[in-house]
Amino acid sequence: MAEIQTRMGDGYTVSMTREEVREDLVAGSADAARRGKIPVLEPDELDYLFEMFASPSRIWGVERGHEAVLSKDGSTNSLYSAQLSSGVGLPLSREQAFRTFERAFGFDTMEIGHTDYSVKPSKPIVVLEQNHVEAVLHTTIIPVFYGFMPNLGLYYQPDGPFPNPSDLLPKGQIAEARAATEEALEVCYNDLVWMTEKMDEVGADGINYDTTASTGDGEFLATLRAVEWAAKNTHLAVEVGMAAECVLGFHGQLEYNGRRLAGMWPHQQMEIVQEAGAHVFGPVVNTNSRKSTPWNLARAITFVKACTRDAKIPIHPNVGMGVGGVPMFEIPPIDVVTRCSAAMVMIGKADGL
Amino acid sequence: MQLTKKMRLDEAKHYVAGKLGVSVMDLCDSTVMRRLREELDIGVITAVAGAAKGLEAKARIADLLDVRVNCVERLRSKMGL
Repeated sequence: MAEIQTRMGDGYTVSMTREEVREDLVAGSADAARRGKIPVLEPDELDYLFEMFASPSRIWGVERGHEAVLSKDGSTNSLYSAQLSSGVGLPLSREQAFRTFERAFGFDTMEIGHTDYSVKPSKPIVVLEQNHVEAVLHTTIIPVFYGFMPNLGLYYQPDGPFPNPSDLLPKGQIAEARAATEEALEVCYNDLVWMTEKMDEVGADGINYDTTASTGDGEFLATLRAVEWAAKNTHLAVEVGMAAECVLGFHGQLEYNGRRLAGMWPHQQMEIVQEAGAHVFGPVVNTNSRKSTPWNLARAITFVKACTRDAKIPIHPNVGMGVGGVPMFEIPPIDVVTRCSAAMVMIGKADGL
Repeated sequence: MQLTKKMRLDEAKHYVAGKLGVSVMDLCDSTVMRRLREELDIGVITAVAGAAKGLEAKARIADLLDVRVNCVERLRSKMGL
């Protein structure tokens, strides 16, 4: 076959020559290596990726014996929610959806989470959330997480009480922006701890802090402190899934255990999340929609491999719409979703997805 | 094992395989595991009347794998065990 059919980062099919695919694999890995100051992929690893993309097979998979564990963010809302969560709008309760994920889809773990999937809106309905967690704990076998986003953005005006750093920084009010971040993250931390304790009370298996650091280093610090609290004071397994590949420095000076949080790449995030006491870390590598999937996947695996190389805890990289090499499209094409997933385990050495 | 003991994938598979008395390859072999799960009464994928369900299956898995399952601990506490 002279040309290889694959996808661009926006999901559209693209035909590439064999040389172009190889060049993109090398360039994607080099881009990650340059940014993260980490090793590029080895020649045999690039060979695996090339052969995988060159295969005309509709789908791809791991070799037998390399099966990995699935965890999930966003809870069961992909079945019952609307487009905002890539949901398909099925008329199912969360318990029905949970059991469907276990029985029909073969998931290894699943979450209960509020449809408005942030800790702040979940707080007022915590008793309802506890009851849904208890219901699935009784009727299912797979581990039950409760999940939410720390989402520090909801604590800033106009959604919350604190001045918004995004408004203050363009005006040059750096000290005020930093003060707002420091005040808001304390409240967010208290909410994270409170909700975590409530889920420990009812016997949940784990807590998932998802889309962590979506608003940068302040949110990351609040979450790391919550992880530390949960690890010391509960029996919950703690999973931390990130929002993006690089922690934004909205504050810029915040540190955890003497390490500056702003600008951290996935392997550095892993080290500090592990240090805080988490059980599972979910790195994110963003997809560039103007680049090919070979470029994006090689880049993502280079970052993930730098995490799995040194990790002492399981690593579950995010491999979904717009992350982990997968195109930024709400119905990611199965030919590249399966390739990204399998390669993340076979080459990235992920413990799960 | 990943969630309770922070085990990486290979270590977790070897731990479970050892406890169940099967090979690591067997763990993802549905032909082997379907029969073994029924034999151990730890829950099966199809709806079999009389087979351990939900919390019942988890209590048996907790003992078999020597692992803490929070809701099983809660049940034991409720029962004064």
